[in-house]
Amino acid sequence: MTGVIDIASWVLLIGGAGFCIIGGIGLLRMPDFYARTHAAGITDTLGAGLLLAGLLLQAGPTLIGVKLVLIFAFLELVGPTAGHALFKAAYADGIKVHEGDDVVAQVAAEAAAAAAADAAPSDAGEQGAGDA
Amino acid sequence: MFAAAMVGVLVTMLLALIAAVRGPTVYDRILAVNMFGTKTVLLIAVSGFLAGRPEFLDLALVYALVNFIGTVAVLKFARFGSLGSDARRSSQ
Repeated sequence: MTGVIDIASWVLLIGGAGFCIIGGIGLLRMPDFYARTHAAGITDTLGAGLLLAGLLLQAGPTLIGVKLVLIFAFLELVGPTAGHALFKAAYADGIKVHEGDDVVAQVAAEAAAAAAADAAPSDAGEQGAGDA
Repeated sequence: MFAAAMVGVLVTMLLALIAAVRGPTVYDRILAVNMFGTKTVLLIAVSGFLAGRPEFLDLALVYALVNFIGTVAVLKFARFGSLGSDARRSSQ
């Protein structure tokens, strides 16, 4: 039984560390302040939550576990609150939303170009067949 | 296994530091520093378990409280330029 709990706790610890690193990479690579807020929110809630859950499985039902639950509850409450405060302050200060590539228009243009390319060779093929 | 989690948290702290140095606006920097503080809480907790002394969790709890207050205080300072009680009056 302790082996099962150990394995579950290891999986949670590694998963939490992985989500933390993913959020850190997102913090560096996202194009926009608001997108970066999203990346930081992942590490603040999911990464921290998984790590503390893994530690909680190691601690068991002791005073240490109660402290871990307290830290967990506080982080889950405070991370989104701080993110919201940051977001609101930045928006009130007039930080621009990233005007990136319009994916819908891009896909529509590619589809139109592909349709035109499909139509043109088929016309040429029919003409070639007619000539033959 | 605690060491692996600790390495992950340390790598994340390094990335957050890079983001804090690089971030173009002050809000990017505050965001990165806030994330650095959260990761410090996790680092203290994991290092306590790694050393076999989970009493370090008290420090982690206090750091979590201080980190939130610090983030909101820096945010207010960046917004109003003052932390005093006359901040509301001067902003209007």
